[in-house]
Amino acid sequence: MDNTLFTVNNVWLMICTALVFLMHLGFSLLEIGLTRQKNTINILFKNVFILSIGLVLYALVGFNLMYPGSFIGGVLPDHFFSLFGLSMPENGLTAEYANGGYTYWTDFLFQGMFAATAATIVSGAVAERIKLGSFMIFTIIYVGIIYPITGSWKWGGGWLNDLGFYDFAGSTLVHSVGGWAALVAVWLLGARIGKFKKDGTIGAIPGHNIPLATTGVFILWIGWFGFNGGSVLSADPGKTSLVLVTTCLAAASGGLSAFLVTLFKYKQYDLSMFLNGVLGGLVGITAGADMMSVTDAIVIGSIAGTLIVLGVGFIDRLKLDDPVGAIAVHLICGIWGTLAVGIFGEMSGWGQLGKQAIGIVAVGAFCITASFTIISILKKFVGIRVSEEEEQDGLDIHEHGMDAYPDFRLNQH
Amino acid sequence: MKKIEAIIRKSKFDDVKDALHQIDVNFFSYWDVTGVGNEKEGHVYRGVSYSTSDIQRRFLSIVVSDPILDRTVEAILKTAFTGIVGDGKIFVSNIEEAYRIRTKEKGSESLK
Repeated sequence: MDNTLFTVNNVWLMICTALVFLMHLGFSLLEIGLTRQKNTINILFKNVFILSIGLVLYALVGFNLMYPGSFIGGVLPDHFFSLFGLSMPENGLTAEYANGGYTYWTDFLFQGMFAATAATIVSGAVAERIKLGSFMIFTIIYVGIIYPITGSWKWGGGWLNDLGFYDFAGSTLVHSVGGWAALVAVWLLGARIGKFKKDGTIGAIPGHNIPLATTGVFILWIGWFGFNGGSVLSADPGKTSLVLVTTCLAAASGGLSAFLVTLFKYKQYDLSMFLNGVLGGLVGITAGADMMSVTDAIVIGSIAGTLIVLGVGFIDRLKLDDPVGAIAVHLICGIWGTLAVGIFGEMSGWGQLGKQAIGIVAVGAFCITASFTIISILKKFVGIRVSEEEEQDGLDIHEHGMDAYPDFRLNQH
Repeated sequence: MKKIEAIIRKSKFDDVKDALHQIDVNFFSYWDVTGVGNEKEGHVYRGVSYSTSDIQRRFLSIVVSDPILDRTVEAILKTAFTGIVGDGKIFVSNIEEAYRIRTKEKGSESLK
């Protein structure tokens, strides 16, 4: 391979790494924007923790666990003893390492940025009531072990890959993995005080800073250029530009359909639903961004946007309290995006649809079991929920002794 | 007519509001205030611990007719109570006159 091309490819992957890093800022802003002022520090703390611990864990164990090279029976990585730490292979910095796409270091950092995303998704769903310590323990196990295991089944060359399951950038492997854990966590944790009233009605707990939430969504959108664009794993001109086009069109049509469905259903121009729709479209296109035509991308995005509106309402009716809509965005649209690979685009067909469904069920079963086990044990022995007083006063003042906006006297409720 | 001004914990606001609704006190104003009192709150900022007696509370201003006064005060005393320093205070004062702008009613009629 031409050395110049190798350098260009590697630079593109490093730019994408930086863009995926930015997504953590986007998630943080979205999450604090859609929750109450009194819990802002707590949420930011969780997000800084997730990224920091995620990268360290990925270096210590995650990267090797996710890309073991070979498996026993397609499931277990076959080299338990060399699992820990990063060890540069001989050709790791040459074009031989990954068909001239990137170096070993770029590979690690790009994948490391992905890993932390799964826990960030959970963070939004459990916001405003989870005990910080318990959440951190959960994050360590989930990002350090569970995410790399499911990732290895497909991206590491494991049994789902052999089966023919397709997940381009992680509708299932990243977003649903986070989404399943969010669902289990929200269920075990219970709703925030005031979300479900005694008479059975559903209360609204509006976010405190919609401009921040909007900024977060725009940052996530541009971050997705790296999330999907980098998943091409080279700077191939045709593929990367196609992926950016399908990604943007799905995001745009996801937002539009969410806002139109909301307008039809609730007679309101609801910005928060518009924003969630954009994210739904992005998650939806992620599994097949390189396989879709322009029309496919718009249809996939539109359906994802509609699913968001119906999904958020459905989750509320199940008495599950998800402050930022993470379950609808990441789980429901993640499942939809994965199935869409079998319905639209170059790979569509009944056979592929079946394989996609097997992947969704297998990853779902594993993630539900794992997160249920971890969170139940935490609930039994340390407790996962803050006291009622702390929840009412806000987690910031109790856990962190700090006010997010100390000089403002805005309405705190 | 009396004005009841109550300074209470924010965490007790929903309980107090519900209790007031239950005795048909449906009209009042509230806002967030900062004040100083006997309690001190601990904070940490960049490794420095400090405590401040600047405490955030919620301020309720309720105007009621005389027969409802005792019930209203009792409801607040009961629901805003935790027993820990910092539960707040209630002040009662006289109101000379009250009007409802829409109907031009005055006196306790205007408070219903």
